[in-house]
Amino acid sequence: MIRLEHVSKTFPNSTTPAVDHVTLEVPEGEICVLLGPSGCGKTTTMKMVNRLIEPSSGEIFIGDRNTADYDPVQLRRTIGYVIQQIGLFPNKTIEDNICLVPDVLGWERSKSRARAAELLDMVALDPGTFLKRYPKELSGGQQQRIGVLRAIAADPPVLLMDEPFGAIDPINREIIQDEFLKMQARIKKTIMFVSHDIDEAVKMADRIAIFRDGRLVQYDTPDNILAHPAESFVSDFVGGDRTLKRLQLLTVNDAMQHDPPRVTAEDTLETAAAIMAEHGHQAIVIVGPRGRARGYVQLSVARGGKGKVGENHETLPTTVKPGEDLRTAVSTMFRHDVSWLACIDDEGTFKGYVTLRSITRLLSEAYRDG
Amino acid sequence: MDEQAAVADIRQWWRGGLYILIFSLGAWAWGSGLLPVLLDHWDDITFLGRQHIQLVAISGGLAILIGVPAGVALTRSRFRRYGDVAMQVLNIGATIPTLAVLALSMSLLGIGNTPAIFALFIASLLPIVGNTMAGIRAVPPYLRESARGMGLSPRQILWQVELPNALFVIYAGIRTALAINVGTVPLAFLIGGGGLGELIFSGIALNQFGTMLAGAIPTALLAIVVDFIVTQFQFWTIPRGVNPMR
Ligand SMILES: Nc1ncnc2c1ncn2[C@@H]1O[C@H](COP(=O)(O)OP(=O)(O)OP(=O)(O)O)[C@@H](O)[C@H]1O
Ligand SMILES: [Mg+2]
Repeated sequence: MIRLEHVSKTFPNSTTPAVDHVTLEVPEGEICVLLGPSGCGKTTTMKMVNRLIEPSSGEIFIGDRNTADYDPVQLRRTIGYVIQQIGLFPNKTIEDNICLVPDVLGWERSKSRARAAELLDMVALDPGTFLKRYPKELSGGQQQRIGVLRAIAADPPVLLMDEPFGAIDPINREIIQDEFLKMQARIKKTIMFVSHDIDEAVKMADRIAIFRDGRLVQYDTPDNILAHPAESFVSDFVGGDRTLKRLQLLTVNDAMQHDPPRVTAEDTLETAAAIMAEHGHQAIVIVGPRGRARGYVQLSVARGGKGKVGENHETLPTTVKPGEDLRTAVSTMFRHDVSWLACIDDEGTFKGYVTLRSITRLLSEAYRDG
Repeated sequence: MDEQAAVADIRQWWRGGLYILIFSLGAWAWGSGLLPVLLDHWDDITFLGRQHIQLVAISGGLAILIGVPAGVALTRSRFRRYGDVAMQVLNIGATIPTLAVLALSMSLLGIGNTPAIFALFIASLLPIVGNTMAGIRAVPPYLRESARGMGLSPRQILWQVELPNALFVIYAGIRTALAINVGTVPLAFLIGGGGLGELIFSGIALNQFGTMLAGAIPTALLAIVVDFIVTQFQFWTIPRGVNPMR
């Protein structure tokens, strides 16, 4: 846990504070993204946590210990630190870079080197190939991964990351972000992460702290920030398409109609038409004996048709999984020019369906109660 | 692998060429009567050569031992504000001809070995201090910051980050300094410092071509050898990741 209490910083030769009475708490194992325009005090706030910058006033706690009680050098060895320029030491091999903190902490060499190899494995870089290389022999993306590994090598509970993926091209950035989130699901660090990219923040954050001129203007979950911006500064900053951004945060499961009506191959078209009419649906999904989706029948076909559903169905053009995000779902709908999708779990079982209407209703609900 | 074979090939050729060159030079030297003259002066050459090497080793060694730490000190936070002034002084100092430095040293310390060593030391010191400072200042600030942020002490940052990354530039300073040093030592004779300058200057004064060459050729060889040694150090002691030579 990281807790800031009324922390301020005014630099010498300056009259206005760079950070102004910031109070916020990052719960254990969560990622807090500090977000805001350039110069709003994100980096300054972060550097006060590992005392690269000393606060002018206020207190900062890690766990329940006040950081002011530590020797700054000792404190920093217990906090992982990643910067945008990566800062791998060009004179050291990848192995020695990763083992930097374990080495200064006096770990046994065999233990730290084994740890380096294990970490490389974790990001799918072959230890045999990379341990003895120098940073200049790696691509930017690989260097950035090593930068992160170096920060977690000594297994610090807390991680500070200042625009760690800022220098990477958009495509690789997405990949590294995903990889990092997967890693975080395993290692569960408490992370303070600086970004000025709202999309990155929405993707990475458990909570977002929005800064303006050194003040913390809103601290909330990404969905709440997008759905209920506290002031016009926040809504302007997150952008006019903030509702679309919310689609990434919501899953199909949130908008899905659960346990919907269905028919089997043995039912007659008349039965199918009757069920659709009863629920006001334009189509109905056919399931097999174990609940697997087999296809669907349209109302126009069923109405007035004769015979079994099994002889008149069409295959489903596409499906989604309940765990996928709504952005993917909507995109799939647009791509296939349909207004509803059957939701199928990993076993192929029919779980329900989402429609464009159910999605818009879900999005607007949040605005109504706000 | 092909590339390496090609490089090895070129090296072989180059070595072969060198042998032929040395051989023909030797033949020419013998034929023209130069070699006999050098052999005539052999005792002088060994005696004065040893003096000469001593002058280089003591003044150059002192300049390295004092110059590098001084350059480092001028980049530490405590003395950093003097850094710019020092840099300017060094730059101005470097424009003073070494002969003038010798003369000044003599006017200060009189005639003999000591003023010669002192003058050579001063002339070598400037590039070493200057390059040490420049090398350390050129280490990108974000390297220092990430080192500090991960909990390295100032001393660890110096030894593990700043010095290794500045080493190439520091060596370049040492190389320049020693080149100046070796080039100036013959002049030390003028203030009574001894060395191979004695043969060169007497040769010139007495119009004895052979005597002059007996001083000049070993002096030139020494310059080449010293440069070779520094290059080897540069090659082997700078980590591969920051060594432009590998
Ligand atoms: N060492 C310093 N001395 C004086 N002023 C500083 C110093 N560091 C930062 N500032 C000022 O403090 C304010 C906040 O800077 P900070 O680096 O925290 O911004 P930021 O939010 O990280 O911006 P960016 O997104 O551009 O990195 C800025 O106005 C900056 O000029
Ligand atoms: Mg910043």
